[in-house]
Amino acid sequence: MSTGLPLPRVEARAKVTGAARYAVEHSADGVAYGWIVTSTVARGRIEAIDTAAALAAPEVVAVITHENAPRLQPVDDHELRVLQAPEVSYRGQIVGVVVAESLESAREAAALVRVDYAAEGHDVLLVRDHPKLYRPEKVNPNYPTDTSFGDFDGAFAAAEVRVDVTYTTPAFHNNPMEPHATLAVWDEDGLTLYESSQGAPTARAPVAKVLGLADERVRVVAEHVGGGFGSKGTPRPHAVLAAVAAQVTGRPVKLAVTRQQMFQITGYRTPTVQRMRLGADADGRLVAIGHDVQEQTSTVREFAEQTATPTRVMYAGANRRTTHLVAALDVPTPSWMRAPGECPGMYALESAMDELAVAAGIDPVALRVRNDPEVDPEEGVPFSSRNLVACLREGAARFGWDARDPRPSTRREGRWLVGSGVASSTYPARCRPAQAFARAEAGGRHFVVGIGATDIGTGARTVLTQVAAETLGVEPGQVTMMVGDSALPHAPVAGGSAGTASWGSAVQGACRALRAQLDASGGPSGTDTVEATYDTTEDLERQKELSRHAFGAQFVTLRVDVDSGEIRVDRLLGVFAAGRILNPRTARSQFIGGMTMGMAMALMEESVVDLEFGDYLNHDLAQYHVPVNADIPSIEAHWIDEEDPDVNPLGVKGIGEIGIVGTAAAVGNAFFHATGVRIRDLPLRPDRVLGALG
Amino acid sequence: MRPFTYERAVDAAGAVAAAARFDGGPARYLGGGTNLVDLMRLGVERPEHLIDVSRLALDCVEEVEGGGLRIGAAVRNSDLAAHPLVLSRYPVLAQALLQGASGQLRNLATVGGNLLQRTRCPYFQDVTKPCNKRRPGSGCPAVEGEHRNLAVIGHSPACVATHPSDMAVAMTALGATVSVQGPGGERTIGMPGLHRLPGDDPARDTVLEPAELITAVTLPPAAAGARSRYRKVRERASFAFALVSVAAVLRLDDEGRVGDCAIALGGLAHAPWRARRAEEALRGGPADEAAFARAAEAELAQARPLRDNAYKVGLARNVLERTLVELAR
Repeated sequence: MSTGLPLPRVEARAKVTGAARYAVEHSADGVAYGWIVTSTVARGRIEAIDTAAALAAPEVVAVITHENAPRLQPVDDHELRVLQAPEVSYRGQIVGVVVAESLESAREAAALVRVDYAAEGHDVLLVRDHPKLYRPEKVNPNYPTDTSFGDFDGAFAAAEVRVDVTYTTPAFHNNPMEPHATLAVWDEDGLTLYESSQGAPTARAPVAKVLGLADERVRVVAEHVGGGFGSKGTPRPHAVLAAVAAQVTGRPVKLAVTRQQMFQITGYRTPTVQRMRLGADADGRLVAIGHDVQEQTSTVREFAEQTATPTRVMYAGANRRTTHLVAALDVPTPSWMRAPGECPGMYALESAMDELAVAAGIDPVALRVRNDPEVDPEEGVPFSSRNLVACLREGAARFGWDARDPRPSTRREGRWLVGSGVASSTYPARCRPAQAFARAEAGGRHFVVGIGATDIGTGARTVLTQVAAETLGVEPGQVTMMVGDSALPHAPVAGGSAGTASWGSAVQGACRALRAQLDASGGPSGTDTVEATYDTTEDLERQKELSRHAFGAQFVTLRVDVDSGEIRVDRLLGVFAAGRILNPRTARSQFIGGMTMGMAMALMEESVVDLEFGDYLNHDLAQYHVPVNADIPSIEAHWIDEEDPDVNPLGVKGIGEIGIVGTAAAVGNAFFHATGVRIRDLPLRPDRVLGALG
Repeated sequence: MRPFTYERAVDAAGAVAAAARFDGGPARYLGGGTNLVDLMRLGVERPEHLIDVSRLALDCVEEVEGGGLRIGAAVRNSDLAAHPLVLSRYPVLAQALLQGASGQLRNLATVGGNLLQRTRCPYFQDVTKPCNKRRPGSGCPAVEGEHRNLAVIGHSPACVATHPSDMAVAMTALGATVSVQGPGGERTIGMPGLHRLPGDDPARDTVLEPAELITAVTLPPAAAGARSRYRKVRERASFAFALVSVAAVLRLDDEGRVGDCAIALGGLAHAPWRARRAEEALRGGPADEAAFARAAEAELAQARPLRDNAYKVGLARNVLERTLVELAR
């Protein structure tokens, strides 16, 4: 039994010794370095580009702009069509790249490129009921934009207890430790991209298409990736830019996006304005649930975050409505960020549930238990498994919830107000088609298993090794897991918390097939290898129609300094029901990471819009605050052992994202309990806290 | 960043002579480099010449006649924070140092460099935007733009930046004296006094003349019976600049009244703000919450908050009062 054991990461030694190589750390002969030139206006048109000074600078190999860049092919993601036209759609958009013999020379020369613009007025701030709001055709990835059941308006108006509140969340930027980076190398076989990507196989096709190449002429390698959070889930413009620069110069090109540029060209979470309406009877049973969302997208490409979709799953209630509107502004294109949809949407829903609990005089845990549905409230199908109630009860017991005085603003310790809060979490348990091979090496004692899956640092290599070893009936040390390469069998992106389920099912299938072959033939001879492959597509097509979700509950204790408005979280506890846990060590890391990020969302993360110039102003880690060690209290991550044979062949649900989902709401709810004041705009900054405390 | 030349100075006079050849403009002294190198990478600072002063014989902390402390400009922040004499006599300074930056940065940052670090206003740090400090006459977009974390007192239409140093706030409260060596010889500058308000010339953060090199900071003798404290409010528990900070020294007389006090505020202005009015209101008076509140009010009545940062006034009032209450306890 390899799965279920806390196996250390198989690449741990390589990482701590610095032997693991990340994207631009790979070698290539004759490497040149690129530095991106970005737009300094938020909307308009380039009238002239003067590259003479840059070209004359020492060590400069090329300066590429829309005036001399090769033509690219149309693709769905227009962000990838770099340097094709003089139009500027947002501040920070790529308008050029300088290639030089060294990084320092490239940077210096990039500063010498002079771009003259005909600037036009820009619109960069999402406000409630913005005049540009429209209804998108669908929301990410393919959900219906709106849903409606029963008579929401009538039921809400008639409800005995009503909550009608609006929450806002700001733009948030992903900040993986490793910046987006690419080494692009062309040879007679085509293009190889060493790319910091969450999906080497899935990055291949769009890059090939935009460059006008057949898929097989592009290879993407993402052997080690230093985090992603969703921002590396699809290829970003810098990857195409590196390929173009390498093509134009005839040399391998290394191109790393700077931390500041990551706030411009690599995606972020849209700000949201969310109106929540909950109507309940005197016992707190929901009769009306309404979630109306307003968000932003860019003028380059539509991205509509599915923010209200968790409301379709969470609680029973006969009359319901969810809606989405987006405004196309002169901003970079929003994109996936950890738990897209669920993360902002559940912040609003779980905050509103807390407000409803207060209005109805019902314990917040009891209220959630009372509204737990038997079947998916909108799809009408059974859940493959649903253990939200178990998470709430287990969490409450561990946390000591029953000892809590529900009255707000009753606990004071010196100059600190103390409070506690709870919130639920959910995340879809997806499983996508994947392929894998498994090979017994000569002698039959060592096995190589390969799949294009990408490990972004969270432990995929390790858990896949465990799945393979267990299925083959051997020790993990006998298995070499090959991942992170588009040349390996196709695998979906490391995202949507679907990686382990999707890849693991394929690995399991390939290893079963190999084991069957070995058993049938009596094992490989001394000199032969035996290989089997597997594709999970048909298995998934045969799956029952069920609602598949992980669930969880987060509990928070925090203190508020009445003089300074500072908030300190003292305790953060999460209990999750996420199917079978394949590796408790890596699972715990992911839950803790997600909860940390949710706490950051509540208390400090915020991308500040510069209205005058149209960009995000706090664009580095000194000014865009994410938690430091001193901010993190004891974080406790626990899980319910969950056996779910119907969720997918492995019985696992993704755990990469559910940790963040309810945490911000739990923090906000604890803040209300501590102070008696509800702040419905994130983050809970000291100035807002002081303003609220009066 | 542009290519530059580098030399390592062997003594202060040599460093000053080297800088004087450039008339101060395109040459910079390099200590720990924790701010200067960042600004070079951002294109804000574009020196032609770096004069490494990190290895000058200016790294001692020594007692001076009369009981004060002379701190060499090259002393690292971590070393100063841990120095037994600083811990025992000037806890406000040790606390301020330990609340600044991060452990790694404090290991590298020098005392001289800490005093001369530049604002972290996001407009100053972005060379694609106007900034009167970086490019005089280009404008100050923060006045009408994003200024939630910027100045509420002593600012001007030309600049609303704040000074980032925690150490400087504590030294201002302690009444430190800065020794500098320049082409014209040696002189001393008091604190407050080293840092200036922006007025119509925000490009000048300090009163230093071209090529002048800070060689030491001298702290006056710690008053017997005085207690001191540094309190910093920020948006995360570490590695963040102050929204507001308070450095306070309080000595009660035999009757429990305020015998003497010294207060400086950080995060409010272009320079560490010595709270003279609050001090005057407190001296000789009762050491109670009501008196502290009146003193805070007297000082902050001068505040002229911008559209979005009025919270700083209330925050400063609260934190100043609270710090004094705890010192008087």
